[in-house]
Amino acid sequence: MSVTERTDVLVVGSGFGGSIPAYHLAAGGARVVVLERGPRLGSRDFAHDQRIGSYTRIVDLVQGDGITVVAGNCVGGSSVVYFAASLRAPSFVFERQGSLGHRLWPNALTRSTLDPWYDRVEETLPVAQQRWDQVPYPGGLFAAACERAGRTCNPVPVAVDLARCTNCNWMLNGCHFDAKRSMLLNYLPAATAAGAEVRALHEVQTIAPATSPGYRYRVAYTVLDPDDYRLSQGAGAVEAKVVVLAGGAMGTPVLLQRSAALLGGIPRAVGRYFSGNGDRVSIADVDEGKVGELLGLESSPGTPYEGFPVGKPIGSMSYDRLDADAEEFTRFSLQQIYFPGITNILAQATDRPESSWFGVEKKELRSRWRSWLSVLAMTEDDNEGRFGLPPATGSFTRVASSVGLSTLRYRPTANTLRGWKAADEEARAVLERDGLARVRPWSEVVGSLSAHPLSSCRMGDDPATSALDDRNELRGHPGLFVTDGAAVPTSLCVNPSLTIAALAERASRHIVEGAAESGVDVRYGAPAPDGSTAGRRGVLKLLNHR
Amino acid sequence: MTITASSAAAAPTGTAQGGAALGALDTVATLEAFADTMVPGEKRHRHDRAVAGAAPGPGAVHAGAVTLLQLPELGVGVLLPELAALLNTEATAWALARGHVLLPSQPPFVALDFEDRTHLAGKLLSSAGLHQKVYVLLALFSAAAFDTAAHLHTTDALDKRHPGLTWLRFPAPGTDGFWRYPTYSYGKRLAHEHPHTTAGGHPA
Ligand SMILES: Cc1cc2nc3c(=O)[nH]c(=O)nc-3n(C[C@H](O)[C@H](O)[C@H](O)COP(=O)(O)OP(=O)(O)OC[C@H]3O[C@@H](n4cnc5c(N)ncnc54)[C@H](O)[C@@H]3O)c2cc1C
Repeated sequence: MSVTERTDVLVVGSGFGGSIPAYHLAAGGARVVVLERGPRLGSRDFAHDQRIGSYTRIVDLVQGDGITVVAGNCVGGSSVVYFAASLRAPSFVFERQGSLGHRLWPNALTRSTLDPWYDRVEETLPVAQQRWDQVPYPGGLFAAACERAGRTCNPVPVAVDLARCTNCNWMLNGCHFDAKRSMLLNYLPAATAAGAEVRALHEVQTIAPATSPGYRYRVAYTVLDPDDYRLSQGAGAVEAKVVVLAGGAMGTPVLLQRSAALLGGIPRAVGRYFSGNGDRVSIADVDEGKVGELLGLESSPGTPYEGFPVGKPIGSMSYDRLDADAEEFTRFSLQQIYFPGITNILAQATDRPESSWFGVEKKELRSRWRSWLSVLAMTEDDNEGRFGLPPATGSFTRVASSVGLSTLRYRPTANTLRGWKAADEEARAVLERDGLARVRPWSEVVGSLSAHPLSSCRMGDDPATSALDDRNELRGHPGLFVTDGAAVPTSLCVNPSLTIAALAERASRHIVEGAAESGVDVRYGAPAPDGSTAGRRGVLKLLNHR
Repeated sequence: MTITASSAAAAPTGTAQGGAALGALDTVATLEAFADTMVPGEKRHRHDRAVAGAAPGPGAVHAGAVTLLQLPELGVGVLLPELAALLNTEATAWALARGHVLLPSQPPFVALDFEDRTHLAGKLLSSAGLHQKVYVLLALFSAAAFDTAAHLHTTDALDKRHPGLTWLRFPAPGTDGFWRYPTYSYGKRLAHEHPHTTAGGHPA
């Protein structure tokens, strides 16, 4: 039996894109319900454990055609499993044209117009600028290699309480020590305190017009079995005056595709222009002897490095190739990163194309695992991903615990390949100098792999190539907003969370306005979740000058 | 004509050619042979056929690949006989195309020698065929047994000196089962920062 409820604002998904508007709308006085597909877990549940069933409850590996995406599946979304590198996108990113030949970001958005919103987010999610003596061994090693190769290297700003952090390197499992500033520690509890209701294990399936007078949309969901997300335990629907979609770049477009007929059509750009943020991972097999000899480093007496499993996953990063004057598709950042053993399989060991990533040599490479260093290049891809017809339910077809098959198809264009090649060459130039290491990009047998899905329902000024206007509203559907990674128009050349959050902060003002127009008694202007008001003063100044 | 299987049979009995029904032991042997192709190890005993013995030390089989595949939480248990049958069909076709005779005392994939298993697995994993994603999953789980002991709690796996984690020299946790690294940094500035870095540490 299905029950229909009513609320002012219905939010789908509880990651960066969902928690932030949920907080602002609830704090402003609206009745808010958040429906989240994944389970609700807290720090005590986050064990240091690689057993299937521990972290796999909260993170999904979604296989598309030509790309595999990793994404969070829990209350708090990917913020619970992410690595907390928190970076502002370089200014040139906002001017990108891609291969379409026109500016892809809305004219209203530049780095300087987004900066006050970044400030607002950083007030709530304090971003720590690591000092060099807080950068773990792998980041230190990468930095020393950069310096020796005549490059620069920066410690990475991270949304981590460094005083609480134990450098355990288990961030994918969720932070047991509450050092990582996920949505579970700020926006979400503040939203709940302001009256928002967050319902876990509720997977939204469709959006349709409401039948009750004064309500706009009817959102239908199923309740998932906590032990097997493939099974459903019930169903229901909520009618709302305003709907905020924040199911992530792998979730939002699929939901809209399934609802297209019910909604009387959706913009053409929904489900197109997907970007993997140009992610490209390589493993360097580091020669310990050379680390000592060339870089003079020692992690413990007599051992130069062996530090792969130690630390925070992301420590240092090179901004050298983020040159605004360089040609598009040649710019990228290179970041030191740690991946847990589950991804070891992707490291290549030989040049034999068929079996470079498994077999005898690969096992040999594993014996030097503690001496691995991995680097992530974030490049300018060409938004070439596209979703096919949606599955019957959910965002993808679940085939096993935490594994899904998506209809997303990704075929890197020559432009994207050019960026990847440039990044590979730079990683080699830095790390292979004088035999310090041997660098190998991850095998592409699963296509490329991205933890940073973006742009599948993006903002823009051109209705032909963007699904949302510059206020994050879905074209032709008043009161229906998208605030997650799907809204970000292009890859960013840095990790995306801070930009997704800043855009969600910025959109919250427009969503409040949309709600007020729909008859909800709500006002914009909540302080930061901890009561701070500096960020609010910063953006109000900006808003008043419009 | 090359003969790739000796008649010295290991534990598994029965024959499985093409898509014919597999006994439980044949399914296990076939999955073991595939896992061993991913992360090869030493033979467990003189008559071990599933493990080809291509590399010294433990491999995915010793690390528990088949136990992992059968874990109820993984949700792929019911597919395993079908998967093994698919692998054997491919192995038969592979051998036929090369004029190799596979002795019927073993499931065909097990009867292939290590080099043939490697080439065939490489083909199955990389060709954009209908089943590629399934083989990739099988490869992923085989490796996960070795690299992460994904069927065991990690602290238990380390207590039992799990072969894969031992091979990686996976570090030990503290007494409470959590990892902490009080010393974790070289403790000094190791590079010059980019000149166009903002006060907050961001690119300009
Ligand atoms: C392992 C990993 C490491 C990362 N590291 C970093 C990093 O260091 N720095 C960085 O900037 N970024 C990082 N990211 C990326 C970052 O976490 C994401 O870009 C960001 O969280 C995306 O925010 P979002 O709101 O778009 O989506 P998400 O945070 O993914 O939230 C979407 C939520 O919606 C839910 N959902 C989806 N569909 C439905 C539905 N139909 N009904 C109900 N709920 C639904 C999902 O379960 C999920 O909880 C990482 C990601 C991963 C996976």
